[in-house]
Amino acid sequence: MAHVVARRTVPLADPYLLPMAALLTAVGLTEIYRLGPTTAALRQGIWVVIGVAVFAGTLLWLRHDYRVLERYKYIFGVTAIGLLFLPLLPGIKDPVNGANLWIRLGPLQFQPGELGKLALIVFLAAYLREKREVLAQGRLKDWGPLLVVWGMAMLVLFATNDLGSALLYYGIFLALLYIATARLSFVAAALGLFLVGAYAVGRATPHVQERITDWLTPWSSHKVPCFFSVHPALRQECASYQLVQSLYGIAHGGWIGTGLGRGIVTTAAGTQIVPDQNTDFIYSAIAQELGLVGAAALLLLYMAFVVRGFQIALAASDGFSKLLAAGLSFSFALQTFVIVGGILRVIPLTGITLPFVSYGGSSVVSNFFLVAGLMLISNRANRESTA
Amino acid sequence: MNTQLRHLAVFASILIAVLIGATTYWQSWAGGELANRQGNAIQAIAQLQIDRGTIYAANGTRLAWSVPHKKGGLTTYSRRYTTNGAFAQVVTGLDSSLTDYLTGTNTNLTNSFTQEIDRLGGTTVHGDNVKLTLRPSTQTLAERLLAGRCGAVVALNPQTGAVYALASSPTFNPNLLLQPHGGAKIGKIKGTCGSGFAEGDRATQGLYPPGSTFKLVTASAALDSGAFTPSSGFYDPGYCVEYGTKVLNASSPDGGGSEVFGNITLAQGLEHSINSVFCKIGIQLGAGKILSYAKRYGFYAPPPLDTPANTRSPSGLYHHGRLFNPTDPTTQVDPGRLGFGQEHMLVTPLQMALVASTIAERGREPRPYLVQKVTAPDGSVVSSTAPSTIGHPISAKTAGELNQMMQSVVTGGTAAGVGFPSSLNVAGKTGTAELGLNQPIYDSWFTCFAPANNPQVAIAVIVEKQYQGFGASFAAPIAKAILENLLHS
Repeated sequence: MAHVVARRTVPLADPYLLPMAALLTAVGLTEIYRLGPTTAALRQGIWVVIGVAVFAGTLLWLRHDYRVLERYKYIFGVTAIGLLFLPLLPGIKDPVNGANLWIRLGPLQFQPGELGKLALIVFLAAYLREKREVLAQGRLKDWGPLLVVWGMAMLVLFATNDLGSALLYYGIFLALLYIATARLSFVAAALGLFLVGAYAVGRATPHVQERITDWLTPWSSHKVPCFFSVHPALRQECASYQLVQSLYGIAHGGWIGTGLGRGIVTTAAGTQIVPDQNTDFIYSAIAQELGLVGAAALLLLYMAFVVRGFQIALAASDGFSKLLAAGLSFSFALQTFVIVGGILRVIPLTGITLPFVSYGGSSVVSNFFLVAGLMLISNRANRESTA
Repeated sequence: MNTQLRHLAVFASILIAVLIGATTYWQSWAGGELANRQGNAIQAIAQLQIDRGTIYAANGTRLAWSVPHKKGGLTTYSRRYTTNGAFAQVVTGLDSSLTDYLTGTNTNLTNSFTQEIDRLGGTTVHGDNVKLTLRPSTQTLAERLLAGRCGAVVALNPQTGAVYALASSPTFNPNLLLQPHGGAKIGKIKGTCGSGFAEGDRATQGLYPPGSTFKLVTASAALDSGAFTPSSGFYDPGYCVEYGTKVLNASSPDGGGSEVFGNITLAQGLEHSINSVFCKIGIQLGAGKILSYAKRYGFYAPPPLDTPANTRSPSGLYHHGRLFNPTDPTTQVDPGRLGFGQEHMLVTPLQMALVASTIAERGREPRPYLVQKVTAPDGSVVSSTAPSTIGHPISAKTAGELNQMMQSVVTGGTAAGVGFPSSLNVAGKTGTAELGLNQPIYDSWFTCFAPANNPQVAIAVIVEKQYQGFGASFAAPIAKAILENLLHS
């Protein structure tokens, strides 16, 4: 269905993006079904249907010229900030594992940050397209907006307790800033600011600090205070339990894996070894069951998707399209890096979703938005070059 | 703008390439190290998914096996043990020490490839099966004879080292180990010796004062060093003078005070287990000489066996519960008391059985073993134990002389009243270890081999803390029953 709509509305769009997205979604659905419970797979299936509808709707709505979005950039900016801080509102906030990333509306659990991320990219693309010449001159007064974004990122980090989200949003900002201004010094300065700020905020928030300790020394040789027990425990049996057991699982997979459905994800009693494996830790289950061969293939698929995205950015003729396509593609790569890198102990672990694969409605919907956006840009670029 | 876009595309690709690299690291280099970590829940389950091999007795009786459980799509296996408590300590010990065989991980390159393919195909890994040298009728008999008391029996073939029986009492139902709180239940088992410690294997782990069985080691040193012959003359006044004080002979089993034998030979000294003779030998040889012969027999190191290393104790002098290896035996050890098996000498029944085996084998000490054969699930032989030798602690001549003297113990000495049939042609040595208690409660020892002219069986028996527990009264009858079981079957 998505394909039919795509053929009609954006006939000249990149032909690879949608199949790749579909393949990733299929891998995710399969693994979610395998990890169970069946209701999770069913829900995810419904979300995929909604995602496809959103995809089709976006294409139909913006098939003539998506660049109208540029006009509403401040609306997007405000929306982005609103969505990022939504999980802090009392009444709908729903902290998970100490991080404020979720809201709950009745039976619905939602991560507004996923959509906020897209709104932020639209805003940044529009804003930077307009201000890029001014910024590139590097006058001190133009650093204002940069400092504002930095402050927002710090605030997000402080408020949500989630280093991963802050890293993701700020990383997108840095990438777009670099594309717009071509000034690596800006990026370096901004990165330095982020590190200093993150260090300070990290010191002030025990949750972030704990995550960093878990990353550096997941195995403790002596007992340390444990947040869920009155008794001290070894860190690998407490705070870093998920990380460590997930690594054991990945290692158990070896080169060729255990085979789909044959990995060890539950204890003999039937409880999950790594809780909530179908969201944040789905990569670990895939790496165990499909082995290095399957995991590397999956990551190469992400890489191919990202490279196609950047090719669209290169092919686009106007600055807004280029920035938008690059922002969407880079956010996709960075999000994959933050979650999988966290699982693999490359960086501190934070709970965000693996695009298209993880269980979660907000993630699926926002990723279909992302594909729709890239295809719209691609269609326009190709139409202009053939015209 | 396009230059920056290309840079960023390369950077994004590098980010994902880093992830591929990190995955490779965890799934290849780090894998083995992680698999062996404590608390690896995945490996714990993986072990449950392996169909561990069966442990069989020499006659094919199943001693330990795996039972499958199907739950969801997952087949796990749990362990079952024979409820015959006679095998409890030795089989649970082997189940852990032989785990590489039982889980089939002890493989070469060819079948590790097959295993990887099997794993991909979802085939259950079947471990190798193990056949032991233990004979159920002998093992069960030993346990029955020990029942209600604390003690141990070791019986082996001195020619090959194949262990026929390795019994320890009190014992327990090993299936309890797999049940919740089962370990605590086993911990509460009390023998008549006070602390039960049923889980410990007394045959290989238990440390006992050897009493007069140690005279075999002293006599080995005396004869093998050439300082004495079996006909060397002694005068026994009923005591031995050490450091100016009298050390009395043991009191007679018939009651009354310590025995006095007068003019006798070394051979008669062993036959009647006369302390003063061995006290004098000890003083003359020096403690260092006796200890060096003890070490030749394998004291001061855990004897080799297929059971876990932590269930095998080294024999030797002990001081405050720790093995004490004197740097200067002449000043640190009382040689007279050492000569007749006191002076904090502690031995395991297995070690004493090896001393008897060495004398039986004309000075060659066999390497004891429990695993006869390991076979793969398809029936092919993975490994099979070839009899081998630990060493040659004493000369054939010394062994021959000791053999004669031990025969006299049975025909006319301390074990004459046990009633060994002359057809068995038994050579043995009693031991009655004083425990320093105010009552005549002793550890009763007997070690022997038979037939003396062509030994087929060597035995060590200990029965702990018996009232008037002379070696001939409690341990020797058990040895007799075991010999009859093994030689008449």
